[in-house]
Amino acid sequence: MPVESLYPALERLLPQVRKPIQYVGGEVGSVTKDWDEADVRWALCYPDAYEVGLPNQGVQILYEVLNERPGVLAERTYTVWPDLEALMRTTGLPQFTVDAHRPVSAFDVLGFSFATEMAYTNLLTVIDLAGIPLFSAERSVAHPLVIGGGHAAFNPEPVADFLDAVVLGDGEQAVLAITDLIRDWKRAGQPGGRDGLLLRLATVAYVPRFYDVSYFPDGRISKVTPNRQGVPATVSKHTVMDLDAWPYPRAPIVPVAETVHERYSVEIFRGCTRGCRFCQAGMITRPVRERSISTIGSMVAGGVAASGFDEVGLLSLSSADHSEINEIATDLADCYEGTNVGLSLPSTRVDAFNVTLANELSRNGRRSGLTFAPEGGSERLRKVINKMVTEEDLIRTVSTAYASGWRQVKLYFMCGLPTETDEDVLEVAQLARRVIAAGRKATGRHDIRCTVSIGGFVPKPHTPFQWAAQCAPEVVDARLRALGGALRADRSYAKAIGYRYHDGEPGLIEGLLSRGDRRLAAVILAAWRDGARFDGWSEYFSFERWARCAESALASEPVDLAWYTTRERDYSEVLPWDHLDAGLDRDWLWQDWQDSIAPEGAAEVEDCRWTPCYECGVCSAMGTEIQVGPTGERLDGRRLLPVVGGR
Amino acid sequence: MAEPAAQVPAVQHLVVRYAKRGKMRFASHRDVARVFERGVRRARLPIAYSAGFTPHPKISYAGGAPTGVASEAEYLSLALTSREVATHVRERLNAALPDGIDVIDVTEHAEGLKADSAAFGRLEASQWRVVLPGVTPAVAQRAVAGFLALDAAPVERHIEKKGVRILDARAAVVELDVLDGDTTTAGPDGGQRAAMTGLEDCAILRMVVLHTAPAVRPEDVLTALRERYGLVPSSPPMTTRLAQGSLALLAGTSAS
Repeated sequence: MPVESLYPALERLLPQVRKPIQYVGGEVGSVTKDWDEADVRWALCYPDAYEVGLPNQGVQILYEVLNERPGVLAERTYTVWPDLEALMRTTGLPQFTVDAHRPVSAFDVLGFSFATEMAYTNLLTVIDLAGIPLFSAERSVAHPLVIGGGHAAFNPEPVADFLDAVVLGDGEQAVLAITDLIRDWKRAGQPGGRDGLLLRLATVAYVPRFYDVSYFPDGRISKVTPNRQGVPATVSKHTVMDLDAWPYPRAPIVPVAETVHERYSVEIFRGCTRGCRFCQAGMITRPVRERSISTIGSMVAGGVAASGFDEVGLLSLSSADHSEINEIATDLADCYEGTNVGLSLPSTRVDAFNVTLANELSRNGRRSGLTFAPEGGSERLRKVINKMVTEEDLIRTVSTAYASGWRQVKLYFMCGLPTETDEDVLEVAQLARRVIAAGRKATGRHDIRCTVSIGGFVPKPHTPFQWAAQCAPEVVDARLRALGGALRADRSYAKAIGYRYHDGEPGLIEGLLSRGDRRLAAVILAAWRDGARFDGWSEYFSFERWARCAESALASEPVDLAWYTTRERDYSEVLPWDHLDAGLDRDWLWQDWQDSIAPEGAAEVEDCRWTPCYECGVCSAMGTEIQVGPTGERLDGRRLLPVVGGR
Repeated sequence: MAEPAAQVPAVQHLVVRYAKRGKMRFASHRDVARVFERGVRRARLPIAYSAGFTPHPKISYAGGAPTGVASEAEYLSLALTSREVATHVRERLNAALPDGIDVIDVTEHAEGLKADSAAFGRLEASQWRVVLPGVTPAVAQRAVAGFLALDAAPVERHIEKKGVRILDARAAVVELDVLDGDTTTAGPDGGQRAAMTGLEDCAILRMVVLHTAPAVRPEDVLTALRERYGLVPSSPPMTTRLAQGSLALLAGTSAS
C-alpha cells in the first residue's frame, strides 16, 4: 500500500522555522525508491540535528549498502530542532524521513546510529514524534523494529528498555543479515509476531528483553542471564574483514544546507591498536584492517567526481599509521595539485612524520593550523594512558611544523585522567611555553601560535579505564581554572597561547550514560519529559536538570549519580556490558588497568602491528586478523584520477 | 613556505538564469552558492578561481530571492578559463544540480555580472507573484487599493542578529494588483499549492518592486497589507519571483 508524503503538511510549517532547507531532502546523492517495490524498508536515524547527522559516515555507508539492494529501501531521518518539534506537536505532523517525507512509523526498521550517549534524549524525541511507543515492551507487530548501533551501543543498557535490538560493531554486513531475517519472517507470514522476529534477530543482534538483570541489595549487578532458549549468553560484535569489498560511501549525499563536515571522506583503515587506555574507539574496533591504496584511489576519484566536494579527508583513528600512507599522500597530492581540491588528515599523533605528511597534502594550500593530541600534560600521565609521546617528541614535532610554515599548532589534552594531580595538569602550561619557544627558535618569528584545548576525561566501557573513578567536575573545573591562570602568568608567552576548555559537568552526565545500566531508563525518560533535548549542545544542556532527574528517578534505588560516575569498580563487579563482547579479554583489560596505575609507574603496551601479539583477545575471540599492507601498488594519478577544474 | 598556486585567468563570462523551485525554495543565498560551487565541479566546467591561499570559484550572484521564496528568475555569472558553448553549459549544469535548482538559460556577456556591468545594471526591479490562501480576491482588492493610495507605508522587519529595521514598503512598489484566485493557473508551483489548500479561496497578488537599498521584499508589502488592512492568509503565503529586469521591461506586464 503506498504511503502518502507528509511534505505538503510539512511545507506549511517550514516558513516558521529556522534553516528550513535541512528538512526538505532532495540532495545530490539521495535516493528515493518506490515504496511498493521494496519488501524491507529502513529508516536510518542519526539522532542529532541534520547539520551534524548528514556527514556521519556510518549512516551514509548503510544508506548506500541498503539502497543498492533490490527490494530494499532506506531513507534518512534526523532529530528536528525544538522550533519544528513544537509545530509538529501542535499540528500532529509525525516524524518524517527527509528523502520521500514518509512517516517513520510506516517503515519496517527504525535504526539509530549512536556516536555519543548525549543523543539518548533525542532518541526519545524521534520515537515519540514517530508515534511509536517509547518502551520496547509496549510495541506491537504494527510498529517498526527500533534498532541501535554505533560506538555508544557497546553499552546500550541505559536505553535498553527503548530499543528492540542492538547491533554491535561494523554495520555493513549486519544490516543485510537483518534485512534477510525480516524478509524471511514477513514472507513466512510473520510467525510468532513481534516476539518471533526478535527471537530470529537474537542470532545476529543483542535483544535486551531476552536478558534479565538482577541486582545485589547494595545496587551492584549480580548477574545478567538469558531468559529464552536459544539466546546466547554473550553477544559478539560484527567485524567486516575485507574493507576493499565494501568501498562505501561511493557517491555521498551532498547537502544543500551547511553541515559540520563539508568534504568527501574515505576511511583508509578501520581499527587501531595503539592501545591508548582511554580510547573506546581503539578498543572496540580491533583489529586494524587497511583499505588498499588502489581502493582508496578509486574511491577518492569517484567520490570527488560524484559529489563536487573540494576537500578530501583521509579518515581513520590514526591515519599516519597506514602502511602506505606516504604513497597515498604523494599520489593523491600529485593528482590534485593545481586543481583547488584540498586533502586533509584529520587525526594526527605527535610525530614529526605527520608534519611531513601534512606538508605533502598541503603542497600549495595555506598552512594554517596543525593539531596534535598529547592528551596528558605530564610524561608520567602520558605513560598512564599509554600515549607514548615524550616531551622531546613533541618539541621536535612542533619545531618541524613551525619550520615548514605552519603558523598555529593546536594541542589536545584531557583533564581528570586516573592518578592525575594538579601538577600534571599545570605541566601543560610549561609544555605550551616550550612549544612557543621552540617555534620562535625554529622560525625566527614572533607571530606563531599555540592553542591548548582541554576537556574532562570520561571513562568508557570496554576500555582498561572502565573500572576507574571519574574525576568530580569540581576537581576538573578547579584544575582547568588553575591551568588558565598558569597559561596567562608569563606575559612573554601569554599572547601566543590560546586556551579552550570544556566544563566538567556535561562530562559527568556523559559518564553516567556511558557506564550506566538499565535503571537509567527512568532517568533519561524523566530528563526528556522535563524538556531535555540536544544534550550534546552546550546551549541546550542543563546539568541542574539531569542532577535533579537522576535524584528523583533513582530515589527508590540504592544507587545515585555519584555511584555511577565517581566510584571505582573492582575486578569482581559485574559490569552492565559484560555480556556484550567486543572480543577484548576481560583479564587482559584488567591487567592493563593495573599496569597503568602501578605505583612504580605505568607499564607501556606496544602496537601489535609491529610487535608480537600481546593477546588482547580480539582476534582469537572473533576469528579475525590484522590486515595491513604494504601492497606495493601505486596510483597512476593523472590517468586513474580525473583532474577537476583548474589548469 | 609553500606559495599559493597560480590561477588560470578567465577568458569567458556566462550569465546564468536559473530557477529555485519546489522544495529548493527553502534554500538560502548561501545554500544556493554551495550548490553551484559543487555543481560546477560536478559538471566539470573550467571555472576560474580567485588567487591566494584560499581560492574560491569565480561565481558572482545577483541578489537572491529570500529563503522560502521561489523564483523563476535568479541570476549569476560564471568566469571560465576556456571557452564553452552556452547551451552545453546549461545541459551539464542541469545534470549536476539538485532538482529544483534548474538552469533556464545561459548567455555570454563580456563582463558577466560585475556590479558595474551592463548585464547587472539591467536588473533594476523584480516582478513577484504572491498566492494568499484563504483570502478572497475582493478582500485583497480593497487592501491593495488602500495600499496604492498611500504616500508611504513604513514597516518593521526583524533581521536576524541585526535587530529591527524600518523600511518604506510603498516607495519601492511600482505596480500591485490582484488576479482572480484560480489556483490552477498560479504557475509552476500553483498545482502543488492547490493540492495543499484544497478548494479554499485564494487571492493572487502580482507586484513589480524596485531593487532598492535596503531591499524591500514582497513580505514587507504583505506586512503593510496585514497591519493596515487585516489581510491575513490562512496558511503561509507562497511567493515566487517571476522576472527580473529593467523597469521598462517589467512595467505594465503585471495586469496580464
